Order: sequence, then structure tokens, then C-alpha cells
Amino acid sequence: MRHNGQRRNLRTLLMTSDGALSVMVVLLGFLCGTILILLVGRNPSGMYKAILQVLTGYNIDRGRFYVRYVGEWLAQSMPFILCGLSMAFAARVGLFNIGGEGQYVVGLTVAQFVALLGPQIPVMHWVLALSLAMLAGAAWGGIVGALKAKFEVSEVVATIMLNYIALYASRIFVMKIPGTNTYKTPDFPVTALLRSEFLERLTKGSMLNLGIIFVVLSVIVYWFVIEKTRLGFALRATGLNKEAARCSGIPVVRSIIFSMAIAGAFAGLAGGIVSLGSFKFGRVLAGNDGYGFAGIAVALVGNNTAPGTALAGLLFGMLSSAQPLMESNRIPKEITFIIQGLVVVFIAIRAGFRIFIRYSMKKSAIKETVIDE
Amino acid sequence: MESVAIELIGITKRFPGVVANDHVNLTVMENEVHALLGENGAGKSTLMSILFGSYDPDEGTIKLRGKEVRIKDPNAATALGIGMVHQHFKLVHNYTVTENIVLGIESTDRFGMLDLSTAEKKVAALSEQYGLKVNPRDRIEDISVGMQQRVEILKTLYREANILIFDEPSAVLTPQEIDELMDIIRRLKREGKTIILITHKLKEIKAVAERCTVLRRGKLIGTVNVADVSEEQLAEMMVGRAVKFEIEKGPAKPGKVLLDIRNVTMKNSRGTRGVHNLSLTVRSGEIVGVAGVDGNGQTELINAITGLSPIDSGEILVNDKDISCMTIKERIRSGVGHIPEDRHRHGLVLDFSIAENMVLKNYDKEPYSSRLGVLDYAAIVDNAEGLIGQYDIRAGEGAAMKASNMSGGNQQKAIIAREIALSPDVLVVAQPTRGLDVGAIEYIRKRIVAERDKGRAILLVSFELDEIMNLCDRIAILSKGEIVGVFNEGEVDEHQIGFLMAGSVKNATNVEAGR
Amino acid sequence: MSSILSKIPTILMLVSPILITATGGMVCERSGVVNIALEGLMVFGAFAAATAHFFLEPVLGPGSIWVALLIGSVAGLVFSYIHAFASISLNADQTVSGTGINLLANGVTIFLAQVFFKQDRTKQFMLGMMPGPGGIYPTAYIALAVILSVWFMLYRRRFGLRLRACGENPQAAASVGINVLKIRYIAVLLSGVLAGLAGGCLVLTTNTQFNSTTVNGHGFIALAVVSFGRWKPEGIAGASLLFGTALAFSIIANDFSILRGMPTEVFNIMPYAITLLTLVLFSGKNYAPRAAGKPYEKGAS
Repeated sequence: MRHNGQRRNLRTLLMTSDGALSVMVVLLGFLCGTILILLVGRNPSGMYKAILQVLTGYNIDRGRFYVRYVGEWLAQSMPFILCGLSMAFAARVGLFNIGGEGQYVVGLTVAQFVALLGPQIPVMHWVLALSLAMLAGAAWGGIVGALKAKFEVSEVVATIMLNYIALYASRIFVMKIPGTNTYKTPDFPVTALLRSEFLERLTKGSMLNLGIIFVVLSVIVYWFVIEKTRLGFALRATGLNKEAARCSGIPVVRSIIFSMAIAGAFAGLAGGIVSLGSFKFGRVLAGNDGYGFAGIAVALVGNNTAPGTALAGLLFGMLSSAQPLMESNRIPKEITFIIQGLVVVFIAIRAGFRIFIRYSMKKSAIKETVIDE
Repeated sequence: MESVAIELIGITKRFPGVVANDHVNLTVMENEVHALLGENGAGKSTLMSILFGSYDPDEGTIKLRGKEVRIKDPNAATALGIGMVHQHFKLVHNYTVTENIVLGIESTDRFGMLDLSTAEKKVAALSEQYGLKVNPRDRIEDISVGMQQRVEILKTLYREANILIFDEPSAVLTPQEIDELMDIIRRLKREGKTIILITHKLKEIKAVAERCTVLRRGKLIGTVNVADVSEEQLAEMMVGRAVKFEIEKGPAKPGKVLLDIRNVTMKNSRGTRGVHNLSLTVRSGEIVGVAGVDGNGQTELINAITGLSPIDSGEILVNDKDISCMTIKERIRSGVGHIPEDRHRHGLVLDFSIAENMVLKNYDKEPYSSRLGVLDYAAIVDNAEGLIGQYDIRAGEGAAMKASNMSGGNQQKAIIAREIALSPDVLVVAQPTRGLDVGAIEYIRKRIVAERDKGRAILLVSFELDEIMNLCDRIAILSKGEIVGVFNEGEVDEHQIGFLMAGSVKNATNVEAGR
Repeated sequence: MSSILSKIPTILMLVSPILITATGGMVCERSGVVNIALEGLMVFGAFAAATAHFFLEPVLGPGSIWVALLIGSVAGLVFSYIHAFASISLNADQTVSGTGINLLANGVTIFLAQVFFKQDRTKQFMLGMMPGPGGIYPTAYIALAVILSVWFMLYRRRFGLRLRACGENPQAAASVGINVLKIRYIAVLLSGVLAGLAGGCLVLTTNTQFNSTTVNGHGFIALAVVSFGRWKPEGIAGASLLFGTALAFSIIANDFSILRGMPTEVFNIMPYAITLLTLVLFSGKNYAPRAAGKPYEKGAS
């Protein structure tokens, strides 16, 4: 009898709490990933050992702590969190922003330009670079918002097109910087870098940099704007019922454009932080870094909330920073992309899980009444 | 000796939170016209959906001519000779009349290719036989609502139905078209069909039905011979108490003109004529009604005043200020209130709490929002709780409850509370009592009259002629985007209004297109 | 003039996969399901076809091309089933489930490439598809056959009448006993087969191996083609020609001296910019099937 009661509580939890469902979906994704690894004849414990080491620094095989891995985990989580916030912010207004890649690239490119051509004043240099990166991302996102609001162009296709245009345009412009060959630019001046001696000492030489401050700020700003301001109220209303919002005088067109611009700013910031925090020189992009697409999964798992997205971003950062460790345990790094994709598909059928749970709840309710008799 | 066509015995159907049908018994005799009466939410449509196979009953049995049957889907019902003429037509807007009629039972030639010409001939023959005038080649989106309904009827006749269920058929018709429908029903009876008429319109029951079964809140109240009862008795059975048809309303005391619409012309969403050179005034302390069949410019008129659509020419003055170029928000601030036709689509954000919905139009002003833009939720919740108390809105969990959890009547009350609290000079009210039970309807109508007596100018747009005649001090009739007559209360009766509406446009549609 | 004519085989080579995918996308959307996953399905198809051809070429010779195309189609079918199940049976958000497939496609294909070939791409096969008379690849004829058969099915067969009804007013279709869910499943699976086939055609005509840039947005371009072509076969054929030409530009630009000086990236951008432009100028929301994208809930109205 008690067993049934406990089971019922788990099911009710899954029905009502989106957070619980997200956790279950992630676990399911890992389960499928584990099965896949087994199917191709590798040892899945390699994946889990890598994950443990990244989260805590503890290497099970050697029995020692390496703080550097924790620092790397946090460093790699930064673009995931920001791109997740980007997608989530747009989602709150009812838009599906898959343009995170393009907005990221635009931010990255502008940051590189400012780093190489901008005034070499300490601190001001990278502040300027990041600010302009955000503005560039905002513009790239705002275009999509305007196209959607004024011309009803699907943001799904528009953002994908802009992703490709951004990538190729970035190549064209970056290659014009003097001293650039086909894959890298000259080194950045030291004033442009986001490095921090303090953080590097703390984490024994990881890539964790000053960008983390901006990430934390971004999460807080996101939460505050959406939940506590009248702008957030207008955006949420527009996302939940555009017609009723319009009827109530809320400027829907402006809200959509604004929201896409802010979403673009988050992604642009991610591009800036990656370029100035993780690299010492500019890159001529050969392909997408992939954070923009991962951001989709992050926002979906985080259910478009600030704390959820932060946690989900940390999760994906963990998967990503564990990749080299996984490779040395003979697990192909693509498993992380597969888990990402599975998670998105599973989240999509969130409604389906609830239907299944409701069905099994009904069945056990019938069983219980029979037993009670 | 008459035989029994259909017997529904002990039908029970439950949905989450409500018992739609509670052990209902219904007997329909062969070749009779049997009415099924009840107010909104009484369970009539559910009962007939079970008969037509759209739902499975939780309990109970169905007998067709004495034999027990299980109707598991509309195909099974059709095979048994049962046909349904839906309230919201199930027609594909860009298919022809013939394509709609044959959809699902298309005939093919010897190569397996679609054969529409044979079908056309059959449709034409049926149309002749039953006097249902249609052109088999017309596209649905081009024909009138009355004609579309005839296509729905032909769908059932094409499938050789002999039991026809009509679900609220007159909801979308002009008085003349309603008379034509009554003739069609009488003709179908002459041709040997059995008719079940679902309706809440007492006049129609008296006009054409022989027996009437009354449902209230899912339960069977009784079955009567229509000839033996009066409309008042039927109404009392339907509602459970004596119903006042008329609202107590003192005479209007109109003051200055608060809403002045001058020569407004605008197109509708399809790019064709919406309203043309329309002029109308509404004074403080009066209710002006706009009567007409849906699709003749009502939506455009409301959009013009509220700002949802721009106008091509003309002026709209509220309190002597021209609002025709203002944004929606500016108009709200200038004193235009709006109780929208579709409360779920335009009136409320269902996923928001009641409190948030109550400040949809003024969340950005003090005290709900500080100068810097930060919301004050305490003030927002306070406001909502005040309004809930004042208007007796049933909200089980209080102001924090999601709007979607309220009943339709309470949702409408909430919208009205919000609009009135903003003290608008002009109140535009569209279909305020659609889909509500009698109690809510009475409350809302009383409230509208009360606001009129406070000096507001009220423009009431409604498709229910009774409502217009009951509530309004002046009545304007809208046809093809133009005002074809304005009368004071008492100067005109239903038939005259119907006559003026009769010139109405063909493009009205009632097709539920995957909404 | 003759130099433009000589570019036609190249143009058709790029038009064909787009047209095949877009035809599938059109059928899918006409039934009421939006299929954002066309890109991912092309990726699965291209990978499967490239892998199959690599392994079968030594055994079957030139005939293995056709087997490879078949396997590509099957791959598309299998993965479109996921999208069908999620969005039709479970009423999931069609955009989200489609995006999930796209993400999965990138990951799974490279993962399998690592497993089979120990690198991020398939191993090169010897000979791809050989061009026929006039230098035109057989894929052009395949594409023509596809669009004609689909036109035939949509407008001359019972199934087509019912399918189109499901996309305009599924409640109306259900009320006359049509199994809306079944028809939508078939439509989605068909779009999967065609996208997989198109992916195979693409990789076998433009390259000798599959890598992460093989499909490169063609699936999304096909989506734009469906919209620009107003969901009609004639429109889609014309739109595919337009976009295929834009895609071919980066290849054929080399032969026109005026254009040789420009960086290749400019031509790379062109098809995407043109797609965006056409979407803006010709946003044809009014022509879309009315019920496209909305999950179908069974229930009396």
C-alpha cells in the first residue's frame, strides 16, 4: 500500500513540476547515451568517470584532485548559459530563436575587431569589445524580430539564413584585417584579454576568466527583467497571448523586436567572451562553434527560466569539458551532441510523457479500488 | 401506430470536473421533429455527439429501431443512417460544394482516379429533390452562410441519412433564413426523415417541433408535447425558475455625444469592403445597439474604434477628440473601453493569474509599476481582490488563480470588472453573453444598464436580436458594411429588422477552420 | 549565351535535391504538419547513402548507387518516424521536435562516422553518380518524376483530396470519417523518404564523401521553397530552380571573369540572402494550409 502511495507522489510531481520533468528527461538522455555507447562496444564508465572528474576535480583512477578541471567546467559553461538565456528570452515572447549561432558569430567577430583595432587602454579595451559585441548581437537578433513582427516572416527560417550569412560574412571581414592568414589573425594586445591572474591561480591554470562575472550578472538581469519589471510583464503577455496583449494596448511589435534584440545581445556577449577569454588571437571561423544550437537545448531543459537555464548550462558545460577526458577513455566526443539532441526530442514530447503518466495513474487507481474492496 | 426510431437509455458521460450527461433517457419516434432544449452547458450537444459517435458514453445504451447498437465513430453512425448538421460547419473553405459533400466517400473511375462529375450530377439531383438550392461548383468561401448550411444538410442526405440531427442551426442565420430553415425541416419531414433539433430558441421549437425534451445541467427534466406548453413553461423547465425575459430598464437620459463616428470607410482582413461611409453617434447615458448578421462589418467597426485595425478614411471622435490615428494604448487612455467578442482570444491571457489580467491595460502606471518600471505585486493583487469582491467573481483560489481555471461566466465578469474599473467614457461591448448560463447573462445585462445610468456611452454589438431589442435605447442595423437604418426603441420590430438585414452580404462564413 | 547553357547541368544538379525535399515538405505541410526536420533528414539520408555506397561499390559496381539511394531513403523514413510519433501521436510542439531531429542528425552521423571510419567524415568512395546525356545527372529525372507523381496524387486521387482536407480543416475531415492521424503519419513519413533520397542524391552528385558541411542548409532552403512556391507543385518547381541557381553560383562564378575577383564567401552568402529576401517580399502566410502546425486534438466541436 505504501509503495503505491510513493509511486503516486512521483507521478504527481512529474505532472505538475516542469523542473522534475526536465531532470527526468536529462536522465533519460544519459541512459540512451549509455546504451548507445554499449551498443558500439565501448565502456560507458569512461563517460561517467570523466563527468565526475569535471564536476569535482576528483580523478577516480588516480585518486587525486585536479582543481583545474572544475575551472574548465565553469569556463566552458559560460557560453552555454548565455546562449541558453538567449533562446529562453525569445521563447518567453513566443519566438523560437535558433539564430543563436549567427548572433554569437556576429558578437565574436566584432569583439575580435575591437580587440585588434581598438584603443589599448587596460580594462576599457575589453569592456568596449564586449559592449560592442552585445550591440552587434542585438542588431542581428533585432532584424529577425522586425521581420517577424512586420512581415510575419518565420523566425525559424530567417534565423537559420542569418546564421549562414553571419558565418560567411565573418570570414570575409576578418580576413581583411591586416596580418590575417586563412585561419588566424595576429595576437590580441594584452589589454583586450579577459584573463584574470586571481582566477587562474585559484583554479591552477584553467581558462576561467572575468567573463564569469558577466554570466552571473546576465542570469540575474534575466530573472529580474522577466519577473519584476513592466517590460517583462509586457513580454510575457505577448508570448502567452499576442492578441489579448495587443488588445490591451501592449505594443506587440515593439516587444517582439526588443525581445529578439536582447536575446541577440546575450548570444553576442557569449561570442565576445569566448573570443577574448579562451583565445589569444582572432579566428577565421571555419564552421560554427555550436553554442548557439546547444543553447536551444539548454533553454528547453531549463524551461526558459533563469535558474533552470543556469543549471542546464552548467550541465552542458560539464558534458563539453568532459569531452577530452572521454576521448582518452575511448568514448567519441559526439556522444555529447547526441545526448543534446535526444534531450530536445524528449522535451518536445513532454506532453506525451504527461499523457503516459496520466494513463498509468488511471490504471493504478482502478487497481487500488479493487484491492481496497 | 408510430414506431420508435431512437432510444437513448441511461446515457452518462463524464469529463474532468463535470458530468455532462447524467443518466439521460431520450426516445425519438420515427418521422417526428423532436427538439432537445437546454441552456448553454446543459449537455445537449454532448448527448447528440454520443449519438453521432464522436464520444463513447461512460454508461448507458443506444437502441436503433429496437436493436441495441454501439456507435463507435461517425462512420458507424453514418452507416446506421444517422447524420449530423453541425453548428460550426465542418467544411473545407477552399473546396467546392461537391468536393465537400463527397469528401470521405469519393467515387472513382475505372483507373482509380477521382471522379467528381458523377458526384456533381448526384448533388444536383438531391438538391432538386429536397429543394436545397446550391451550385455544385461554388467554392465554400464564396457562398453565404445559409447556403453553407444547405451543403451541410446535403452531406447527410448524400450519405442516405434518415435521422438528421441539427445542432443549433439558427445561430448564424437572419430571421428570413431562419424561416427558410423551418420550411426545409418541414419538407424533410414530409420526405420521411426523422429530425432532432438541438436549440435554446423557444420560438423555433414552437414553430416546427412536435415533442421537446428538456435538459438542465446534464440531467433530464422531462419530455413534453410542444402543443401543450407555452414558451414560458419551457423556459422555466430549462432554467429551473421563472425567467424574466425583459430586463428592468428605466428610460435613457442621454447627454452629450461621447462617441462620434463620421464617414468611416475601411477594408476587412480579406481586402474587400469592411465598412463604407459609416456614421453613428452614441451619447452619454444611452445604449446604442448594432444589429446584423455576422460578417457585415461588425468586426471592422469594433476594430476601427478600438484601434485594432486602421481606417482608410473618416474620423472617430471620443469626447470631441479624434482618436482615429491613435495607438490602442492611447485610445484606452482617452476613455475607450472594450469588452471583446472572444474572451479567450482578446480578453484574457489565460495563463496569467486573475490579478495580472486585471492590470493588463494599466500595469505600467502607478501604483502597479514604479517610475523605474518595477512592478508592485502587492498593489496588483490588492486591486484584483477588491474587484473580485465587488463583482462577486467566483475564484476558488483567489487573485493568484490562473484565469483559465475560471468558468466562462466568471471570466466574462472579470473582463467587465476590469473595463469598468478604468472608467471609460465609451464602452464597446461585443457579444457579451455568448456561451453563458442564464444567471450570468442576467447579471451582465443588469451591469450594462447600470453603467449606462452612470453616464457612459455604450455601443452594443450582438447577433442575438432579443438582446438588442431588450437592452438598447437606439438600434442601428448594419448590412454590407453600411448602416441601413437607425431607430429608437419601440419604433421597430423583429421582422422589420430582419428585412433590413436581408440585403446582407454573401461572404459571411461560419466555417470552423482548424481554429 | 552558350556558356550559360553549359551551366545548366550544374544548376540542375543542385536544383534536384532541393526540389525532391521541397516536394516532401509540401506534402507534409499540406497535411497539416510542419516539418522543420527536413535538414536533419537530408543529413541522415546523405550519410546513409555515402556509407552504403562506400561499402557496396567494390561489390556491386555502378549499380550500388541505386542501392545507396534506397538506403538513404530508408534512413529518412526511419528518422522521420520519430518526428511523426512526437508531433502526431503525442501532440508535441512541431518546431521543437523538428529541431531535436536536426540536432540529433549532426551528432549521430558524426558519431557513427567515428565508429565506422575513425574520422569525422565517411571514407571517400570511388565514383559517385555519373552524369548522363548532356551532362545532366539522373537525379534531375528523379526529381521530375517525384514532382509529377506527387502532383498526380494530390489532385487526381482520393488520397490527395483527403490529405489536403486534413491540412485545411482536420475537424471537417474527421467528421466524415477520415483518419486524420493516419494520413498525417503517411505524409510525414513520405517527406522523410523524399528528404533522405534527396540527401543521397546530393552527396552522390556533388562530392565523394559525407561530412558535416554536405547538406549545409539545403533542407531549410527547401522549407523556404515550399513557402515561396505557395504550397503548390508548379510554384515549388519554379522556386527550386531559382534557389538552385543561386546555390550553383559559387561553382559557376569561376567561369565568368568579372566575378572571379570576388571572394568565394560572397557567392556562398547569396543563396541564403536570396532566400531571406524572398521570404520578406513574398511572405505568403495567407496561402499556407490553414491547419498547418497546429496539433490535432480529437474531440467534437
